[in-house]
Amino acid sequence: MYSVEADNLIKRYGSNEALRGVSFRVDAGEIFGIIGPDGAGKTSIFRILTTLILPDGGSARVLGQDVVRDYHEIRRRVGYMPGRFSLYQDLSVEENIRFFATLFGTTLEENYDLVKDIYSYLEPFRKRKAGALSGGMKQKLALSCALIHKPEVLFLDEPTTGVDPVSRKEFWTMLTRLKQQGLSIVVSTPYMDEATLCDRIALIEHGRFLDTDTPAGIISKFTLPLLAVDGPHMPSLLRDIRQIPQVFSCFAFGDTHHVVLRESGLSEEAQIDLLHTALYAKGHTDLTIRHIKPGVEDCFMYLDTLEERS
Amino acid sequence: MRRGEETRKYIRELLGMEEDHFLREGEVIRTEGLTKCFGDFTAVDHISFSVKEGEIFGFLGANGAGKTTAMKILCGLSKPTSGRAVVAGYDLHRGRDVKRLKKVIGYMSQKFSLYEDLKVWENIRLFGGIYGLSDGVIARKTDELLQRLGLMEQRDRMVRDLPLGWKQKLAFSVAIFHEPKVVFLDEPTGGVDPATRRGFWEMIYDAAERGITVFVTTHYMDEAEYCDRVSIMVDGRIEALDSPAALKREYGASGMDEVFRMLAGRARREE
Repeated sequence: MYSVEADNLIKRYGSNEALRGVSFRVDAGEIFGIIGPDGAGKTSIFRILTTLILPDGGSARVLGQDVVRDYHEIRRRVGYMPGRFSLYQDLSVEENIRFFATLFGTTLEENYDLVKDIYSYLEPFRKRKAGALSGGMKQKLALSCALIHKPEVLFLDEPTTGVDPVSRKEFWTMLTRLKQQGLSIVVSTPYMDEATLCDRIALIEHGRFLDTDTPAGIISKFTLPLLAVDGPHMPSLLRDIRQIPQVFSCFAFGDTHHVVLRESGLSEEAQIDLLHTALYAKGHTDLTIRHIKPGVEDCFMYLDTLEERS
Repeated sequence: MRRGEETRKYIRELLGMEEDHFLREGEVIRTEGLTKCFGDFTAVDHISFSVKEGEIFGFLGANGAGKTTAMKILCGLSKPTSGRAVVAGYDLHRGRDVKRLKKVIGYMSQKFSLYEDLKVWENIRLFGGIYGLSDGVIARKTDELLQRLGLMEQRDRMVRDLPLGWKQKLAFSVAIFHEPKVVFLDEPTGGVDPATRRGFWEMIYDAAERGITVFVTTHYMDEAEYCDRVSIMVDGRIEALDSPAALKREYGASGMDEVFRMLAGRARREE
């Protein structure tokens, strides 16, 4: 049985079509990532699957239960961590977790094993008000509260947004451990490095999935030439690269610019020569240009550019 | 301090003159031993650094390292417990200076930026007015700005109805509408997708090229690479400060992500 099955989900807010036919399956014990820009429809998917809003079309089942008819059953068996911090800021860490345990008819002690990896970070601060925690700690508390009733599927809507890189890494280590315990996890994130930690990902844009595959599968579909360029003056280099007719797109990627070339039949060497020549004409010297393998972020930027230009 | 110096300092202060040469040639921010305590907790612990004019300065650190507290001091929103800071020629220990400082800096945070229930043009007008620009200047600059952002047709829309990416671009434009000397950006791209983040950084580049110094915090380590120099704060102190290339060399790291993890991993305190 699939943990999640969504078929042609549609959601409208007034005249705005937030979801325009979204379908996917999540296997038991899988980490499924939903990757896309703000307003693409990620949160609507989460809210439909956690039975908080109704779809305007299509259907979905979580753990085999229908999200409209069997909402009561689903709510008991899933954990949900919304994008916005939604715990009680004026209750302490311990009070929050006990409150959520009570809501689901359990106790912290009963399910301590499940949350102890995460909760152990919080225990030194258990008397502190949730509102006074740092971003990384708030997120750990929210995850503990979402886990306290031993859910079978976990829905995490941008759990690491605004969290520093060290805490993000810890958080993903925890998710991997939860997965090993058999939990299915549906997670959305704006961080592309996290996308590669998922078993499968869906790229979403304007309420539609552009592609669903393993990270490696998504990357293998990127076939245009991709080069990394760096030089002494990066901002003007970015503008000048974009002026070259053979360039499909160019974006800053950390310490280099990633350049996607149009299909041309040129050899790799000729592609590098072409960029050197065109950029030399604009006064850029001392450039380093080399071919690179695409990452998920390159794929996302490519699909996003395509979509924007169509 | 010798007595003669003290007297001269007093006279300079009376005359409202530039007090001394604490701020060096080409610098727009300098701090020395800047410290902020809340009770017995030292949030910012003797930080000393300087930022050059027109520089993009990345102010990094883990959650709770003290970045926001330090930034609030530099914006004149919070008083330091001890130490010294001069921003854009204004000394943060003098009340009168702090007031004037606010006119020559811009500030944008993730949490507060624009009024959601005002229209696009109303927000621009409001902030232009707060910064003391005349109606004529505001009207002319508003048109220029909306044109440049491609938001001309959105001018009568409520800000709450704009996509997050547009809101952030507008918020940034409003923060530099009065051509400040320094703009402080507190996690301006939190939760934004890769395409929008890049568009935002291109605006930051433009502002820096126009001579506005950019002081920015971020949790995206690829964005740290876009900065001229970055500092990394750990437990209230600045543990490293240099260009991204030099830091990577120093720590033998392939990316800023690695440098960050090596330094921030040493943190002892949680909040």
